[in-house]
Amino acid sequence: MDCLNLNEPHSMGTTIIGVTYDGGVVLGADSRTSTGVYVANRASDKITQLTDNVYVCRSGSAADSQIVSDYVRYFLHQHTIQLGQPATVKVAANLVRLLAYNNKNMLQTGLIVGGWDKYEGGKIYGVPLGGTILEQPFAIGGSGSSYLYGFFDQAWKEGMTKEEAESLVVKAVSLAIARDGASGGVVRTVTINADGVTKNFYPGDTLPLWHEEIPAQNSLLDILSAPSPEPMSM
Amino acid sequence: MSSIGTGYDLSVTTFSPDGRVFQIEYAAKAVDNSGTVIGIKCKDGVVMGVEKLITSKMMLPRSNRRIHSIHRHSGMAVAGLAADGRQIVARAKGEASSYESTYGEGIPVKELAGRVANYVHLCTLYWWLRPFGCGVILGGYDRDGPQLYMIEPSGISYRYFGAAIGKGKQAAKTEIEKLQLSEMTCREGVIEVAKIIYKVHDEAKDKAFELEMSWVCEESKRLHEKVPDELLEEAKAAARLALEEMDAD
Repeated sequence: MDCLNLNEPHSMGTTIIGVTYDGGVVLGADSRTSTGVYVANRASDKITQLTDNVYVCRSGSAADSQIVSDYVRYFLHQHTIQLGQPATVKVAANLVRLLAYNNKNMLQTGLIVGGWDKYEGGKIYGVPLGGTILEQPFAIGGSGSSYLYGFFDQAWKEGMTKEEAESLVVKAVSLAIARDGASGGVVRTVTINADGVTKNFYPGDTLPLWHEEIPAQNSLLDILSAPSPEPMSM
Repeated sequence: MSSIGTGYDLSVTTFSPDGRVFQIEYAAKAVDNSGTVIGIKCKDGVVMGVEKLITSKMMLPRSNRRIHSIHRHSGMAVAGLAADGRQIVARAKGEASSYESTYGEGIPVKELAGRVANYVHLCTLYWWLRPFGCGVILGGYDRDGPQLYMIEPSGISYRYFGAAIGKGKQAAKTEIEKLQLSEMTCREGVIEVAKIIYKVHDEAKDKAFELEMSWVCEESKRLHEKVPDELLEEAKAAARLALEEMDAD
């Protein structure tokens, strides 16, 4: 097959999201890593830790986003030692964008940096392809995000609770997975606030079904062993 | 306290038998010969003041700045060899600027003090460099509130509520200790600093002097700037009055 080229670079088609809520942030992502049309990893973790209180959602080239995360984690670690206290989300985001901007010719990765610090609370910074940095109340990225702009325009509101924010993120990622071929698998979320970090995992069968989606089935053989339907009574 | 370290004081890379580096101590003496410099940390900010001894009647008033802004939110008052002080200020400005370029936010005062101290200390490690002959009082306001640091020629840096260097430092320290700094606002602090500098100024030994003051506080919107002219005049007048009252006793 000439459409299955296993030598294509690994890219994360992806849907990534970061939203702030009253007291922290929720980061969410799908789990599909593709090499061309082949799904190289159907359960990847695209939300990577930078420090105890700052995480980053990665999209685009898997290699590029991993190397940027590794460098930033290293710099932040040194910075934390020097400063004597946890780094702020702003500093983490700035280090990410310096790498993204100064190496823009070689990199192809969009990142969403999110976390919580004691000075500013929960913050989300978007660092898209060229190395811009933009602080936003919520950010979306990756190929699946195209399908979410209208959704967020309608569904986003200021001052949500943690539960509202998390369900918004899960709903959004699952909508994007439904429409974007390069996004799929499970939904992973990371919630960061003053109390710490909570990671959640939503397998495909826990996600709602959208327009014309077929319910998940383990095997077609299940249909054979199912009992015949009862005759209808009038 | 002071002793001549004959034979062990020729180089900053030589220890004396009793564990002292005399060159550094001599550098500190250069600071002691300069006009008094004071810094105090009030409840809402930091105030710094310098007794600028006027060596020539032909000097233009307000020239020869001794207090410099390092960044928007921090400033440095220098005592000792002025040219050495210029180097330290330039280095501090560079550190503050490059920190902001890398990390995207203003340099914390603690970090800035650490970097200046490192730089000053660096020059005490090599025989081809001489130590800086100046002490520096660094005042700033960052996310953790107002802070005051003092860096000596040895490279030691501590955080203070009140600090004084230069000729009148002993007398100034005694006066500062009498103040209730935790309850004082910077507006009141400016008056107190002026009074102290006028008080410790030695009329007999030194002739005229000019008072230079700066602050960084809530009133200055957390920016380091010169104390506004009317407040400065008010402080000078209060200081002169206090002196007269003392003389009258």
